[in-house]
Amino acid sequence: MENRPLFKSGHTACAGCGQAIAARLVIEAAGENTIIANNTGCLEVFTTGFPESAWGVPWIHSLFENAAAVASGVEAALKYLGKKDTVNVIAQAGDGGTADIGLQALSGMLERGHDVLYVCYDNEAYENTGIQRSGLTPYGANTTTSPPGTVSIGNIHPKKPMIDIVLAHGIPYVATSSAGFPRDIQRKVKKAISIKGPKYIQIHVPCPLGWRHESGKTLDVAKLAVETGLYPLVEYENGVLVSKRQIVPKPVEEYLKVQGRFKHILKNPEELKKVQEIANNNIEKYGLKVQTQ
Amino acid sequence: MFGPLIVKSKKVKCDKTGSWRIESKPKYLQKNCIACKMCVFICPEGCVSGKEKNTYHTDYNYCKGCSLCALICPKQDIEMVKEETKLGELQGEKK
Repeated sequence: MENRPLFKSGHTACAGCGQAIAARLVIEAAGENTIIANNTGCLEVFTTGFPESAWGVPWIHSLFENAAAVASGVEAALKYLGKKDTVNVIAQAGDGGTADIGLQALSGMLERGHDVLYVCYDNEAYENTGIQRSGLTPYGANTTTSPPGTVSIGNIHPKKPMIDIVLAHGIPYVATSSAGFPRDIQRKVKKAISIKGPKYIQIHVPCPLGWRHESGKTLDVAKLAVETGLYPLVEYENGVLVSKRQIVPKPVEEYLKVQGRFKHILKNPEELKKVQEIANNNIEKYGLKVQTQ
Repeated sequence: MFGPLIVKSKKVKCDKTGSWRIESKPKYLQKNCIACKMCVFICPEGCVSGKEKNTYHTDYNYCKGCSLCALICPKQDIEMVKEETKLGELQGEKK
């Protein structure tokens, strides 16, 4: 890992960037025989300021919406050349590039059954362009396009159920992970790569700038999202839930109070109840609560 | 048209992002290290290296001082100390 870094230092991510942690873990788990197609987003911007690149593997960026389409083409070409068995293809994008702009390309890739691992780095807004809300922004979050005030409480829409959408395509592997659990990310990436067919992993990556928390709190925030039940870590194989991270649920306030983007929610008990309800629904849906005997 | 844009990959190391540190930097005490490698795992920069116990260190040319390694160390063998290098000094050296 140290001898031949595949994701080199000197990139221009913010201090404490969750996405930089996750991206490095993903590529190191995937290994050097990998080709990456990358959507526009923070990851593309901070790793590849021309004429430099942090990547030690072949890497291609095309447009905001089509990492999945480009990866499909790369996979088809490798198949034609008879090299697909030796090379992994990864398509990676942020949450906006996955859930909003790139959704149709992603859906097409999953439907055609390309042997590609799609990694979505979910930082819950368009952080790169200045924190605009995306389809994966959670309920109540303060972003520049969903500011809270006397009329609004922030983002009024719930988080898009990307896991359910992707599962509906009937693909062999779907998982969520979190930057707060580095070994979990690596285990899931390695497992995904060993499976043939389209795979989807969504990784929760805190953004100190957009979520307004201290840069040293990145891992704590990521862990709290899982421990409160707001970001369940689940793993599906062929549509069957095979593993989940069980928790002793903490109240959602613990997660919300460390972030500036939820400051207004804490002053509003009614909204706080709604956020707690989202967490409770997740806990019930996936059976996350540790069974005590 | 324009031809392929081939960039030299792995050359990003010429941006010395260590000049971004303003308040504190991690100090690897190298006393109680158990080589669990958590600091290597979670460094967003990927600038922590080492092989055995008590050999882990960070590259101050790239460390942005986020303090994640100091907080995750199970043996509290990394502490944040006050930054002494002046802002921009590292970039100055480059020239």
